[in-house]
Amino acid sequence: MGSPVLTLIAQRVALGILLLFAVSVLIFAGTQILPGDVAQSILGQDATPEAVANLRQELGLNDPAYARYFHWLGGVLTGDLGSTLTTRQEIAKTLMPRLWNTLFLAFWAAIVAVPLAIVLGLLAVRYRNGWVDKLISGLALASTSLPEFFIGYLLILSFAVTQQWLPAISTVYDGMPFFDKLKAIVLPATALVLVVLAHMMRMTRAAILNVMQSAYIETAELKGLSASAVIRKHALPNAVAPIINVVMLNLAFLIVGVVVVEVIFVYPGMGQYLVDHVVKRDVPVVQAVGLVFAAIYIGLNIVADVAAILANPRLRHPK
Amino acid sequence: MFDLKNLTVSAGIGLILFALFLLCALFAPLIAPFPMSQIAGDVWGPLSSTHWLGTDNLGRDLLSRMVYGARTTIFIAAMATALSFSLGAILGLMAAVVGGLVDTLMSRFVDLLMAIPTLIFGLVVLAVLPSNNVTLILVMGVLSSTRVYRLSRAVAVDINAMDFVEAAKVRGEGLGWIIFREILPNALSPLVAELGLRFIFSVLFLSTLSFLGLGVQPPEADWGGMVKENKDGIVFGIPAALIPASAIATLSISVNLVADWVLTSTASLKGGRE
Repeated sequence: MGSPVLTLIAQRVALGILLLFAVSVLIFAGTQILPGDVAQSILGQDATPEAVANLRQELGLNDPAYARYFHWLGGVLTGDLGSTLTTRQEIAKTLMPRLWNTLFLAFWAAIVAVPLAIVLGLLAVRYRNGWVDKLISGLALASTSLPEFFIGYLLILSFAVTQQWLPAISTVYDGMPFFDKLKAIVLPATALVLVVLAHMMRMTRAAILNVMQSAYIETAELKGLSASAVIRKHALPNAVAPIINVVMLNLAFLIVGVVVVEVIFVYPGMGQYLVDHVVKRDVPVVQAVGLVFAAIYIGLNIVADVAAILANPRLRHPK
Repeated sequence: MFDLKNLTVSAGIGLILFALFLLCALFAPLIAPFPMSQIAGDVWGPLSSTHWLGTDNLGRDLLSRMVYGARTTIFIAAMATALSFSLGAILGLMAAVVGGLVDTLMSRFVDLLMAIPTLIFGLVVLAVLPSNNVTLILVMGVLSSTRVYRLSRAVAVDINAMDFVEAAKVRGEGLGWIIFREILPNALSPLVAELGLRFIFSVLFLSTLSFLGLGVQPPEADWGGMVKENKDGIVFGIPAALIPASAIATLSISVNLVADWVLTSTASLKGGRE
């Protein structure tokens, strides 16, 4: 590992952190679009002016927006996400277990989806323009058009109602035995896999096909290597960087799909927490969860770029 | 530009399906056998000759609600698409022509917007905005315009460097003329294909928001909201929620098929100028 790699990685990470700060400003600004009185809307129309004024004072609403932003940012950086407007609970305390639940679900979905997508993508390239390839493309088109809830409820109807193999509602709690937990998330994880699989597969196929057009692939073909050997020995190593990129992009996509899937399966994760509090217009919770989602998304993108830098052998040998 | 003689089978199917949905949306009151909110039968009644698709969670005729739902879903999605298109294309073309600081500022802002997953930012904003259809159209349109901006800017940067644009600038045409008379006509074909994709995105986004209870508010019917209304029936084995869900899927597949065809048939028009 030479120094150019380290410099590049450091630059990328620094850029990511800068982006995260910018995103925090945007999320904060996004909740200030309406200067409508938050205190008034919490207390309702019947509240006395004194009560509203007290709550405004308590929530710090009399300060200018930038002061509130820095106050909020300072809290976030020290792990204090504030408390909910409606029940006055500490957000961080509720959020942490839910974050783990969401990551648990996303982790198992990714463990299944990533290898499956890469293998299917390789198969599509190996038999390109054959029926395997056409089938995969057709399924990909169908699945990008299917809303998550269609897949979700179809799974519930088939595997939890008609065949009562799995629970329709994915309840998990602290201290639940590991295998019970796994059983509870089979259906939501399957729904998530189906949501990202086709996309990941198609992009893997495109990444390898792109490499397949290089001159050295033609050389390998002309010297008589079998199609599988060409893909395995020549195309795949050079397609690693774009494939890692594809995988990370889709994992980021999975983080979004999680929101809807959690609502479908009533899974106690971060997505459901977000949706519940958007309905209640509980702004501090929405800001906190939105920021966590954005941070995960940006983090995955940084990992993708760093992996692509590491996978590029040309950068490993300083000139 | 699009010769109907070259219509492929799949694009034809897509076009017919889309036309059917459009007819439902336009003539909803004439087609629907029952009024939208009339309770016409039992709760979650089965498919029958009076209720072709059964009844919903309150006993309203599902077919009628589907027809009215087509109207709401397609209308809001179309309005959001129109907004995202005009906003994204005009700003994107302008960024390419003006360049400099304007371009940099707008492009970095779009980068920033795209650094947050669309659904998440949409939810954040909807937490404070009033829930009505105008808000939905605005939020969906603005969030979706980032992609149109990127595409139209990329296309326009290429065209902007061509001689006829240079000639127009030299003869002193204004910014409006350059954008709308010189660049836009030549950037149209990739934008038309993108139009289809943006429409699908809007349909799916709207349905997701309504499903989460943040989109179209009752008593109005839209497909995502109907999935939400009927989802509790699923655990009793009543598939009513899957009917609007499959309508959403069919609509987006049909538009996808047409957009695919537009994309391939306009790609050849470029005469190898990729």
